[in-house]
Amino acid sequence: MSERDILRILPMMILAGGTILTMLLVAIKRNHKLTFISTLTVLAFSFISLFRTNNGLPHSIGDLLLIDRFGTYYQAIILLAAFLVSVFSYISIQNFFPEKRKEEYYLLLMIATLGAGMMVISTHFISFFVSLEVLSVSLYGLISYYRERTKPIEAGLKYLIIAAMSSAFLLFGMALVYAISGNMAFHNLADTVTHLNTPSLLMVTAGLGLMIVGIGFKLAVAPFHMWTPDVYEGASSPVSAFIASASKGAMVAVLIRIFVMADLYHFNKIMEVFVAIAVLSMLIGNLLALVQKNVKRILAYSSIAHFGYTLVALVSSREIGPQAATFYVTTYFVTILAAFGLITLISHSDREASHIKDYKGLFWRKPFLSAVFSIVLLSLAGIPLTAGFMGKYFILTAGVGGASWLLVFVLVLSSVIGLYYYLRIIATMMKRKKEKVPLARVFLVFSASGIFVLAVLGVLIVWLGVYPTWLMDLVNSLFITVY
Amino acid sequence: MILIWLIILLTGSGLLAWLAGRWSNTLPRVISLVANLFLLGIVITMWLKSVPGTEGQWVSSYTHAWVPGFGIQIKLAADGLSLLMLLLTSFMGIISVLASWKEINKNVGFFHFNLMLVLAGITGVFLALDLFLLYFFWELMLIPMYFLISIWGHENKTYAATKFFLFTQASGLLMFLSILALYFIHGANTGVYTFDYEQLLGTNIAPNVAFLLMMGFVIAFTVKLSTVPLHSWLPDAHTQAPTAGSVILAALLLKTGAYGLIRFVLPLFPQASQQFAPVAMALGVISILYGAKLAFAQTDLKRLVAYISVSHMGFILLGIYAFNEMAMQGVVMQIIVHGISTGALFIIAGALSHRIHTRELAQMGGLWSKVPRMGAMGLIFVLASLGLPGLGNFVAEILILIGSFPSNQLLTILATIGLITATVYSLRIMQKVFYGVKHKEWKIADFGFREMVVMGSLTVVIIWLGLFPSPVLRLSENPVRNIIEKVNQSQTKSAQNEAATTDYMSVRRLMKEQHFNTKNKNVNTKE
Repeated sequence: MSERDILRILPMMILAGGTILTMLLVAIKRNHKLTFISTLTVLAFSFISLFRTNNGLPHSIGDLLLIDRFGTYYQAIILLAAFLVSVFSYISIQNFFPEKRKEEYYLLLMIATLGAGMMVISTHFISFFVSLEVLSVSLYGLISYYRERTKPIEAGLKYLIIAAMSSAFLLFGMALVYAISGNMAFHNLADTVTHLNTPSLLMVTAGLGLMIVGIGFKLAVAPFHMWTPDVYEGASSPVSAFIASASKGAMVAVLIRIFVMADLYHFNKIMEVFVAIAVLSMLIGNLLALVQKNVKRILAYSSIAHFGYTLVALVSSREIGPQAATFYVTTYFVTILAAFGLITLISHSDREASHIKDYKGLFWRKPFLSAVFSIVLLSLAGIPLTAGFMGKYFILTAGVGGASWLLVFVLVLSSVIGLYYYLRIIATMMKRKKEKVPLARVFLVFSASGIFVLAVLGVLIVWLGVYPTWLMDLVNSLFITVY
Repeated sequence: MILIWLIILLTGSGLLAWLAGRWSNTLPRVISLVANLFLLGIVITMWLKSVPGTEGQWVSSYTHAWVPGFGIQIKLAADGLSLLMLLLTSFMGIISVLASWKEINKNVGFFHFNLMLVLAGITGVFLALDLFLLYFFWELMLIPMYFLISIWGHENKTYAATKFFLFTQASGLLMFLSILALYFIHGANTGVYTFDYEQLLGTNIAPNVAFLLMMGFVIAFTVKLSTVPLHSWLPDAHTQAPTAGSVILAALLLKTGAYGLIRFVLPLFPQASQQFAPVAMALGVISILYGAKLAFAQTDLKRLVAYISVSHMGFILLGIYAFNEMAMQGVVMQIIVHGISTGALFIIAGALSHRIHTRELAQMGGLWSKVPRMGAMGLIFVLASLGLPGLGNFVAEILILIGSFPSNQLLTILATIGLITATVYSLRIMQKVFYGVKHKEWKIADFGFREMVVMGSLTVVIIWLGLFPSPVLRLSENPVRNIIEKVNQSQTKSAQNEAATTDYMSVRRLMKEQHFNTKNKNVNTKE
C-alpha cells in the first residue's frame, strides 16, 4: 500500500483509529457523555476528511477498493446517518437504559459505520464480504444491546441466525462464480461471461442467484424480508434507524456497483429475478403493513416496499436507474432517520412509543413533533412538497423511460395501498382529546439536540421536495466515473 | 410575475394565520379574509386591465426554471378561462372563510392554514402550464383538504377523508404516469425533454398509445369531477366535511377536474378525445340521471346536495365532449354557477345542522316560520339548482343542451330529463326542510348579519349571471374557441377521407353559429 492509497482511505482510517482511541478512553474513564462526544468528533473528522481526499479520484487500490465520487458520496451519507444515529442513541440510552456500560454501544456503532463505509468502496467479492461481516457482527451487538429486556435479545438472535445464513449463501455464490471465472473482482465478471460455454454459464448464474439470496436478506426485500419487522421492533429506535439507513444504503451501493461494473443488465434471467423481487417487495411490504398496529413494524414493512421501489429504478433503466436509486436512497435516509428519531423522542418511561395508540391526539399536545412526523409520513408516501415525492418521481421516470410498465404499475398500485397506513397514523395523531387519549402514559423525552436535529431533517425533507435540483445534479455527477 | 405572487400570497397568509392562531381565534379569520379579498382585488384588476379580444392569449405569464435537468419549470399563465376560474376561487374563498367564521372554534389557526393551502393548490392548478407543476399542485391540494375533513369533519370523518385521499391519489398517479410517458414520447421525437404544456401540444403519438395516455388524464379528472362510476368518494367527503370544506369541494375542487379536461385533455389528445366522446357523453348523461335519482332518495341533507353535484357535473362532462363552442361556453358557465348555487346550499345545510345538530331530513320540516330568512335563501338556491330562468344555472344548462344537441341528439334528449328530475329533488328539499309538517319544536336562530352578507352576495351574483351572462361568456369566448378549433381541426384532418362527414360538419357549424347568434340576441333583449 502506497502513501497515496492510505491518503485516499483516510476517512476510514480515521474512523478505525478513532474507534480504538475511544475504546482506550472508555478504559481510562467510563463516562457516557465523554464517549458520546468522542464518537461525534471521530465521525465529524472522518466526514471532513472525505473532502480533503476528493482530488485525484477515482483511485483504485488493486481490485479490492475503488475510491470514486460515487463511493465517497455514499460514505458521506453513511457518516451523516451515523452521526444522527449517535445523537438519538445518546437520548435513548440516557433515558431508557440507565444500567451500567453504556459506552461500548458507541464503539459498536462506529465499527458498523466502518463496515458500511468500506462496503461502498469495495469492488471485489473479498473486500465486499469482509466489510459486510464487519457491519453485521457489530449489528448483532447493537440490536441486542438493551440486554436486560427480552425483545432486543430475541431480535438480536434472529438477526444473528439470518445474517449468518445469508452470509453462507453469499459465500457459496461467490465460490461458484470464482470457480468458473477464477477472479473475484466485479468488473471481471462481465468480461469472463462473454466467452463461456453453457454449463459454466449455468454455474455462474447459479452463483449469482445464491448471491442474490444473500444480498436480498441484507436488503430485506421479499421473499427474504421476514426478519425485518421483528428486528425493527426489538432493537432500539436509533439502531433500527441505522439498519434502515446506513446498513441497507451500503447494500444498495454495492448492488449498484455490481449492476454497473459486472453489467448484470446482460443476464436476462438475473434481471427477471430482480423484477420478481421488486414486485413482491412492493406488494408484500405495503400489504402487510396495512394490518400492523405497531409503528415500528409499519416502518419495517414500509422499508421492504421502499427497497422494492429502489430496485424498480435499478432494474428498469441502465441510463438513469442508478442515479434514481441513489437519489431515492438519500431521500429515504433523511426520512427514515427523522421517523425513528421521532419515535425515540416520543416514548414512555418504560418502553418506546411504538404502538399506534401511543400517537392518539399527539397533534394537539406536541404540534411540532407531530407536524414533523406528518411530513415524514407524507414523504414516505411520496406526496408533493416532500423529498419522497421527488424520489418517487425520479424512480417513475427511470421506470417509464425504461418502459418497464409492469414495475411502474405495481409501484403506483402499491404506493396507493401504502398511503392508507401512512394516513392512518396521521389520522390517529389528529384525533381529539375527547376520544380518550391516554394522557398520563406518555413520557416525552425532552432533548434540545433531538428537537434541533428533527427540525433540520424536517426542513431538509421539505427543501428537497421543493428544490431538489442541487441533489439531483450532485447525484448525476457521481456516475460519470462508474461507467 | 403577478401570478406567482398570487400563490405566495395564499401560502404566506396561510402560514401567518397558523402563527396568529396561537394568540387569538379571530386573527386567523381576519388574515385569511383579507388575503382572499386581496386575491379577488388582484384578479379583478387583471380582468379589467386585460384588453378585450385578446383573452385567447395569455394575459399574464411567469416562467422560471425549477429542475432544469429534467425540463421542469415553474410556468404559470392565465388566459380568460383561468381568470374566470381565479375569480371563482377568490370569491368562494371569501365565502368559505365567512361561512366558517363561527362554526370552527378549535385550532382556528391550523384550520385557516389548511384552507389557504387548498386555495393555493387550486389556484396553482388553474394557472399551471407545466405538466409536472400541474401534478404538483394537483396533489398539493389534497393534503390540506384531507386535514380539513379529518380534523374538523363530522362523525365519520376519518373514513371519508381517507376515501377521498385514496381515490384522488390513485387516479392522480395514473395521470402522472401519462405525463411521464408523454414526456418521454416527446423527448424521443424531438430530443427536447420537457414538461412544458405548449411544447407538448401537437406531440406525435400513435393513436392507440394516445388513447391510453389520455385515459390516465381522463380518469384523474373524472374522479375529481365525480363522474359515475368514480363518484363514490364525493357523497362521503361532502357529508363529513365542515361547511367550508364542502363549499370548497363543491365550488372549486370538482371544477379542477372540469378545467383539466378543457385545458389539458382536449388540446393534448384531440383525436383520442374524439374517439372517447360518445363514452364520455354517455357517462355524463348517466351521472345526470343517476345523481338525480340518488339525490331524490337521500335522507341526509348534505348527502342530497352532494348528489345534486354529481348530477350537475354530468352536464359539464356532456358539454365538454360535445366539442362546440356553445356547449363549452355553457360548461364554463356551469362551472361558475354550480359553484355558487351548490356552495350556497351547503352553507344552508351546514348552518342548519350546526343549529339543530342533525342532517336528517326526517327531523326537519316546517322550519320556514322559525327561520324565514334561511328559508327564503334556501328557496332562491333551490330554484337556481333546478334551473329556473333568470338565475345563472338556467343559462348554463340551456347552453350545454343546445350545444350538445347537434353532437348527439339521443343523449341530449336523455340529459334534458335531468332538468325535470332536478325539479323533483330540488323541490323536495324545500318541502322536507322548510314546508311540511313540524316534527319537532326547534328553537333556533335565523341567519344573522354575517350570514346574510354571505348569502346576499351569492344571490346577487347568481341573479347577475342569470340576467347578464355576457361578461363571463365574453371572457371565456376566445380561449374556448381556440380549444374547440384545435379539436375540430384534428377531426377534419381525420375526416378528410370521408367527404360526407365534412358536409355534415359544415352544416353543423352553420347550425352552431345560428344558435349562438339567437342566444346572444336573447341575452341582448334581456338586457
